[in-house]
Amino acid sequence: MTILEKVTALLGEGAVLEAGTDRVPRVAPGSPDAVALLLGTAHQEGWRVRIEGAGTWLQSDAPADLAITTRRLDRIPAIEPSDLTATAEAGIGLDQLRQQLADRGAWLAIDPPGLAGRTLGSVVSTATAGPLRHGFGPIKDHLLGVTFVTGDGRMVQSGGRVMKNVAGYDLTRLQAGGFGAFGVIVLVHLRLRTLPRADITYVLEGAREDLTQVGEDIAGAGLTPAALELVSPALARRERWVLAVRLAGSPALVSADEAGLGAASGGGRFTPLRAEEAHAFWMRLAEGFSVRPVTFRIGGVPTASDELLDLLQHQLGDEWISASPAAGAIRWTGDTNIDRLQRLRRTLAGLEVPLTLERAPWPLRGAVGHFGAYREGVGPLVAGLRRTFDPGGALVVATEGS
Amino acid sequence: MPAPAGLARDLAAIVGTKHVREARAERVTYSMDGLPTHRRVPDLVVLPGSREEVIAVVRLLAALGVPFVPRGAGTGLSGGALADEGAVLLVLTRLNRVLKMDPANRLAVVEPGVVNAKLGAAARPAGLQYAPDPSSQSACTIGGNVAENAGGPHCLKYGVTANHILALEVLLADGSLVEIGSPGGEPWGPDLVGVFVGSEGNFGITTKITARLMPLPRAVRTLLADFTGLRVAGEAVSAIIAAGIVPAALEMMDQSCINAVEDSVYAAGYPRDAAAVLLVEIDGRNSDAVVAETDVVTDLLRKSGARSVRSAATEAERERLWQGRKKAFGAMGRLSRDLVVQDAVVPRSALPQVLEKISTIAQHYGLVVSNVFHAGDGNLHPNISFDSTNLAVKQKVEAASAEIMQACIAAGGTITGEHGVGIDKLRYMPMIFDAESLGAMQALRRVFDPDERVNPGKVVPVHACREWASIRNAKVGMRNDNAGFNSAFHISHSALEPIR
Repeated sequence: MTILEKVTALLGEGAVLEAGTDRVPRVAPGSPDAVALLLGTAHQEGWRVRIEGAGTWLQSDAPADLAITTRRLDRIPAIEPSDLTATAEAGIGLDQLRQQLADRGAWLAIDPPGLAGRTLGSVVSTATAGPLRHGFGPIKDHLLGVTFVTGDGRMVQSGGRVMKNVAGYDLTRLQAGGFGAFGVIVLVHLRLRTLPRADITYVLEGAREDLTQVGEDIAGAGLTPAALELVSPALARRERWVLAVRLAGSPALVSADEAGLGAASGGGRFTPLRAEEAHAFWMRLAEGFSVRPVTFRIGGVPTASDELLDLLQHQLGDEWISASPAAGAIRWTGDTNIDRLQRLRRTLAGLEVPLTLERAPWPLRGAVGHFGAYREGVGPLVAGLRRTFDPGGALVVATEGS
Repeated sequence: MPAPAGLARDLAAIVGTKHVREARAERVTYSMDGLPTHRRVPDLVVLPGSREEVIAVVRLLAALGVPFVPRGAGTGLSGGALADEGAVLLVLTRLNRVLKMDPANRLAVVEPGVVNAKLGAAARPAGLQYAPDPSSQSACTIGGNVAENAGGPHCLKYGVTANHILALEVLLADGSLVEIGSPGGEPWGPDLVGVFVGSEGNFGITTKITARLMPLPRAVRTLLADFTGLRVAGEAVSAIIAAGIVPAALEMMDQSCINAVEDSVYAAGYPRDAAAVLLVEIDGRNSDAVVAETDVVTDLLRKSGARSVRSAATEAERERLWQGRKKAFGAMGRLSRDLVVQDAVVPRSALPQVLEKISTIAQHYGLVVSNVFHAGDGNLHPNISFDSTNLAVKQKVEAASAEIMQACIAAGGTITGEHGVGIDKLRYMPMIFDAESLGAMQALRRVFDPDERVNPGKVVPVHACREWASIRNAKVGMRNDNAGFNSAFHISHSALEPIR
């Protein structure tokens, strides 16, 4: 029997999708149990499996015997507005999830890069936070628990559905940012906020150095923006760099911050965006990172932001960059090659700054790896985690590269 | 199995004779943590005075295959820092230096024995704070906070310990050092800091901790609202959260707790005839916004049925209100000779029904249960006052505790929000995790500590795990060692016994 015939026998014809251009058979299991069945079989049969979501973020090009997409895991079993929690399957598109939450007055305060229909599982497994990281923290801070399937088909629950939980070890945080190397996330319990009663974005254009100073002044003035993002001209589609400030929360908080914004702008004039303009601005920023072939993030301390931006400009060019200077997070997208990326990672490692490769064509990410330049003792732990949660190596993930 | 002969001498060669406790009378000092229901006397206690000494001690223990238990100030509430016979207790309180303050990047690097409140004090001159504030913060250590993923009243707005740890230097059981996380918070690979925080000392010892600091609020308003019913108070909590305002803290105390506080030296002026009081704190960097949000919250409290809402007029009054809350556990010492501080979490909307259920359970067993808890998080602390010399009462306490846990789980909650599993809640773990998930946890532990020598017998009830390839030689949990302690609370059945 071929792999396709075996998969069809397991899940039925309805689960089988048309193969992609690389002719790898593709299957869309309709339940977490079906994912477990498939991965258990793959483990026994020695198949190599790649996991896909909506196919809008990471390139679907990893060499594999079978592609499993989570796109039929798109249910939202629970939204609890009074508890500010929700449970959603990993294949739900963020746009659909956002809409359903908004209908109930709830908000998932993340704005990851990528297209609007990117799946929740993709965002969580790659821990790709966007500008809202400034005010609301990284992706892991929005997770209460996950259910995942290991590379040998075991279904594991971690965390729960409540705000605080220290029962057992935190396998949720292993999965958030694990890039699927330690299992496939099938269900996510989320921490929500109430939909902000006030939400306004201001932008200021100028030289990068000046805007960096304004950003520091805003932080120093005690303002509490939801996002404070420095965006390169090409990405913002403006003449100069843009400092975008998003204020979101209670009307009292937002109006107090608006009043303080003018004083902190260093003589520059922030321009408020109309609601539809603001929506378009942030959406364009997010989508920009899924257009070009390579995207990575780096994380340094806030005072190193300028130096890191200079380094990126020097080594790769600074056309498409977005930075959250106060959080020390910088994301770059463009076209580059293996040598340059490896050299950059080594240079950054010397500055105690990790580089996480978020997306790239397989030849590059297979060589460079999502992770690398580990600190002392990390490599053996990561290898041990891989052996534990994917003992047969069924999941094709470019963890450290070749 | 007792510790090898000559071990005390070899440890003394590393740390000095006076930092090894060998005599039983000295070791008994370390036989409990903050929970009076478990006692274990460690075979040996060693108190290294530097990172280098910790490394040397752990490498010696690794060479001899001796299990060990890391311990901070011993304020934990789950029996997590108790060492069984044959294990060495490794006390880290002498590693108490703040190694680096970096106000510009809002971070501090500390040794594990730094006391929580001292880190806060060190940050304050720079206008910064270390936000997690467990009630034991004047004594508990940052290393212990990391191990337990400690919370506190202000974690509602600022998050728990896991949200504030950027990087760790970790010493594994085999004596190897690992650097995880980075000063900017981005991990080198998977989020091993996130995995390590809250691992209850089962993955290794932290020797260096990089913690995130936050700006001190510039404006603070503290409100005390009193209610004639617990249900109404619970509904007021939901109303505030639903309004989109995140107070810095939202704490509730019931009448039993109020009276215990008011009878003590910590009397805060809480109304004794109230069924419950809510302590609500609004803070922020902008005083106009804080004032405006306080007005909204005051209005919501009144509309939700608060009999009165009082705002602390002075800093002294605010401190008094908080002292009553933070010292409530101490004040409850007046009620009876022993106190079990329980810890569970429920969905916020379930608070009223669960509080009523707890009240019913207390009445059924004829026990005094006082509630003081983090209402905004749904993190309950039902505290049972009892006399541990009365065997019949002790059995009732055990049964009532188990029923309270079952009620919280039935409401969609969990068995611990900030105190950890330790040995106290081992038996409840199978109530919330299936055998496969427990097996995954044990397998995770063995990635860090293949021989299960660090803090053995805690967190995961190995007998309830499904077999994973990496789990070898499954052991049962630690035994109770109550011999010779007439005043000790004796658990009449094993901590591992499943609840029926």
